[in-house]
Amino acid sequence: MRKQIPIYFVFGSGIIMIVQYFIPSEESDWLFTYANDWVIVVGIFALALGIWSLLRSEFRKLKDPKERFYAAVLLFGFFIMIFTGLKAENLEAGSLMFDIFENVLIPIQATIFSLLAFYVASAAYRAFRARTVLATILLLTAFIIMARLLPLGPISEVNQYGVAWILAIPNMAAKRAITMGVGLGAIATCIKIILGIERTYLGHD
Amino acid sequence: MTFWDKLMNIDRRWVYLCIGIVVIIPAIIPFKVPVSTTLEVERIYDFVESCEAGDYIYLGIDYDPSTLAELDPMTYAILNHAFSKDVNVITACLSQFGPAMAELRLTEVAQQYGKESGKDYCFLGYRPYPAITILSMGLDFQVTFPLDYYGVPVDSLEIMQGIRNLQDVKGVISLTAGNVADFWITYGNGRFGFPLALGVTGVMGADYYQYLQSGQIFGLIPGIKGAAEYEVLSGFETTGLRSIPYQTLSHGVILLFIIISNIGYFASKRKKRT
Repeated sequence: MRKQIPIYFVFGSGIIMIVQYFIPSEESDWLFTYANDWVIVVGIFALALGIWSLLRSEFRKLKDPKERFYAAVLLFGFFIMIFTGLKAENLEAGSLMFDIFENVLIPIQATIFSLLAFYVASAAYRAFRARTVLATILLLTAFIIMARLLPLGPISEVNQYGVAWILAIPNMAAKRAITMGVGLGAIATCIKIILGIERTYLGHD
Repeated sequence: MTFWDKLMNIDRRWVYLCIGIVVIIPAIIPFKVPVSTTLEVERIYDFVESCEAGDYIYLGIDYDPSTLAELDPMTYAILNHAFSKDVNVITACLSQFGPAMAELRLTEVAQQYGKESGKDYCFLGYRPYPAITILSMGLDFQVTFPLDYYGVPVDSLEIMQGIRNLQDVKGVISLTAGNVADFWITYGNGRFGFPLALGVTGVMGADYYQYLQSGQIFGLIPGIKGAAEYEVLSGFETTGLRSIPYQTLSHGVILLFIIISNIGYFASKRKKRT
């Protein structure tokens, strides 16, 4: 029963959602809205579970001298954001939560993303070598794409045509093939889940 | 180790140092780099330009602070362009770290044009689950967002009178750095058929050209280069054009290192043969 009920439930939900998607009507809209409410309700339970799991893990780390500092920083950030965000008026500019968001979170996220520039430069230096024919094609493609930003006089105009052609023809052909493959794979997986053939989401006993 | 081998094995810290230095140079010695425009950006500019006063557009500010350097210039340029033409802008955020940031950008530009929240523009706020939110907004804004970001009932807003869902706006432009772009294509344009355009980060750009040819999106702004192009077209210069010199120099240095690496590789190979 522990496995049968979820399988029946997934089958019923999957068929209903497919039908409502392909047959637009008022009933379909109502069904969709109703199902969405359920998704939110399930999500709230998952959120509570996630918070409990995170807190349990971090409080355990507080006992480990090597992990203590990072766990303390995480817990401090976690509680300070909860307490400052609890009041609705704190979402307005000038509040403590807004200041933390603007002066801590935004610079941290931007800094981490900026570090990619250094890693990309190092990786490009090591990876783009004309060792084989395919590697040479990759190298030339990268060269043309990156050179589009360089002011190279009359060469820039020719390069722009090269960039447009690469993006619109070979890039698109490859991406379309990948996208279609992924799409077909996703459809196959969904059908397997709905029909109860794929059951890994149920976990192990 | 020969000289040619050394060229192939430069310590990564030298690469980091060179990149670090070249991204400082434009800050000390500002200069401009000419930016040519592309068709995919021109189409979005033409779309906003074709809007008349009172028309509605939906602008999705669907990115996190991590990618604001690339996507903020697009937000500023499009908002400036739309508000300057008295176009009604409806916006929401499908990224969990985005709402406060989006609100700052929106109010900043709105104040410059004397626009009022609820009358000339509307910020609906954030909802989780982007696919569901897009599908839901395609049916009814008020079901998805009963209250706007400021807690005002959406059905009481002046701007929301006369429109019910995404199918009633002239077009949707989503600025995003994640798979929200795919959700907009699949569940937005695919389900409801409204005109859709995307503004994405530079690394994502190549992924979305296929949707231009298929007509699933009518325009694409890829990365800071695309943002700078929109600024050139619209005449609203913010950080897009100012960022181009930084990107030009850093790309130049990367290309230089690639050339050095390949010179070392071929010279070393030739020496081994002889």
